[in-house]
Amino acid sequence: MAAPLRKDDAREAATEARIAALGRPGGGFTAPARTDALARLTAMGLPTRRDEYWRWTDPAAFNAPEPAGGAALRVDKPIFEGRDKVRLVFVDGVFDAAASDNPALAGVEIERLAVADRADIHWAKALYGVLEAEGQAPVARPFAALNTAAATDGLLIRVTGRAAKPLHISYRQGSERSDAVLHHVVRLEPGAELTVLETGTAGARSNLVMEVDLGEGARFHHLRPQGRALDRAMITHLFARVAEGALLKSFTLTANGKLTRNEAVIRIVGDGAVAHVAGAALGDGADGPFLHDDTIFVTHAGVGCESRQVFKKVLKHGARGIFQGKILVRPGAQKTDGYQISQSLLLDDDSQFLAKPELEIYADDVKCSHGSTTGAIDETALFYLRSRGVPRAEATALLVLSFVADAIAEIEDADLASDIVARIEDWLALRQG
Amino acid sequence: MLEIRNLQVRLEDEGKEILKGVDLTVEPGRVHAIMGPNGSGKSTLSYVLSGRDGYEVTGGTAVLDGHDLLEMEPEERAAAGLFLAFQYPVEIPGVGNMTFLRTALNAQRKARGEAEISAGDFLKLVREKARALKIDAEMLKRPVNVGFSGGEKKRNEILQMAVLEPSMCILDETDSGLDVDAMRLVADGVNALRSEGRGFLVITHYQRLLDHIRPDVVHIMADGRIVKTGGPELALEVEQNGYADILAEVR
Repeated sequence: MAAPLRKDDAREAATEARIAALGRPGGGFTAPARTDALARLTAMGLPTRRDEYWRWTDPAAFNAPEPAGGAALRVDKPIFEGRDKVRLVFVDGVFDAAASDNPALAGVEIERLAVADRADIHWAKALYGVLEAEGQAPVARPFAALNTAAATDGLLIRVTGRAAKPLHISYRQGSERSDAVLHHVVRLEPGAELTVLETGTAGARSNLVMEVDLGEGARFHHLRPQGRALDRAMITHLFARVAEGALLKSFTLTANGKLTRNEAVIRIVGDGAVAHVAGAALGDGADGPFLHDDTIFVTHAGVGCESRQVFKKVLKHGARGIFQGKILVRPGAQKTDGYQISQSLLLDDDSQFLAKPELEIYADDVKCSHGSTTGAIDETALFYLRSRGVPRAEATALLVLSFVADAIAEIEDADLASDIVARIEDWLALRQG
Repeated sequence: MLEIRNLQVRLEDEGKEILKGVDLTVEPGRVHAIMGPNGSGKSTLSYVLSGRDGYEVTGGTAVLDGHDLLEMEPEERAAAGLFLAFQYPVEIPGVGNMTFLRTALNAQRKARGEAEISAGDFLKLVREKARALKIDAEMLKRPVNVGFSGGEKKRNEILQMAVLEPSMCILDETDSGLDVDAMRLVADGVNALRSEGRGFLVITHYQRLLDHIRPDVVHIMADGRIVKTGGPELALEVEQNGYADILAEVR
């Protein structure tokens, strides 16, 4: 199923070494999926920069059998603190029951993968590694296969009603060498609703997969302010299958982080469905290396569906931003409304933004557009603000907020959006000092 | 009081001389108008006074209430009491008008060593000022100038002026793009702000704005200099005869 990467001995050796160092957890209902995933990974091999999909982001840090040591710890300032929610905590990829709330939420069944995987039969068996495997074509995603094979824990979430409050997956890093591999599965039954908040730094290195299956008319909101540790390396995959009339909205805020690759693979399979993925990334190379990569693949297979990709990057002092975004409209997916925008604001001449927008359309009655821009701070707007008495640094911060506003607007809940804005303001304020 | 002495300015990039020795004093409580043909240097004067990049001051001084404006950053000039109402107010998507106003007011207060205004007092202040300018609550909530009509943008400039309470207001072609009703609304707003302690410099190409904002003194600017100064009747003369007669007379 997966398109094999170019064969070579070095790749094979690297892949073998990586697999050899992996733990082999599980053994219950996930066992067949893990075996298959390992076979997929072996067949694909680990990526190198010679692969088109990894041309701009060096996967070496993810390929290494062990994470680079010495990732300085950073205690993240909590976010969404004042909001009513159910919080479940993972420290270095290990569930922390003492720090977590009682996982009780009406209309939502929550289990730990590590616990549920002792049984051979489970509802999640139909999804674990399944959406990931389907997402391996037409582009190989070796680290997602690796995750399915080796995930040590995660959450299995089945939503049957409208959750009254968000589920908060809170990651913390407690060790300078931790290597977290977590895999979550979310199933929303028809008409169900859930908001998942995913926050923090999961480990010195982390590999996170979330598979989300939305039933008819289900609504899933995903809000992900990633941790602010400077030295962390993180790769995430969001795989979603969106049924008729369902809605998915995912927003990610990334401020800091040596290396972040966020892949979203969204398949809209029913008619009249909506899928929005958005993100804002803020990087200042003066704090340490910063590379942020959003790699998005949205497939339209239903009629009359809407998708949006809205990604903003604010880069400074040699920070690098990558966007690879694709909209694929399958034959028959008429009346598709697909939109994609990726923009960067370069705060100096030293930073770099690389974008590869792609449209591939096999239906004739569709509306698809994409755009990508790179720009500096608008000097006229800066002068306007300063002429009103706002000092340069503060005026620049306001213009950064102005720049990311379109992405923030993708967050439906006003309170949660204001928490995200506050976090961006924090990041900007640190830079004024 | 704004005192400009022999101000000489050229464009940084092209080196072109724009202001060739401007002398002007605006006393508190007085409204001065500057009229002149296109390219005479009127807008440049407003930009140089407010500190916009791209201009090089090659000579002269500009002092506001004892502050040497030309040595200050734009935000310092604002805190010292200078306000420029833009000919083309800038749109700032994603930043609410209220956030913008509060940020500006508090920045100025901070610069002057005053305490920040409380959220409650600020809201009261803005609502009161907005009412007089017929600016509704919905407009205050919208992003700065985004989707505003020409008239709304100019009223928003006057609202900022009313909230920030500068001692010296420069209005750069405030009448441009306004119909008669919108102009009257803006002029009413400006007239309401006229006070003993506040000076105005109204830059305009046409006399019509001065029907609504009655100036005490009218200056004619041409080729980077003030070539003639008189009372309100000078504006009427321009209206009737154009600039050619006056320019011919002073040459």
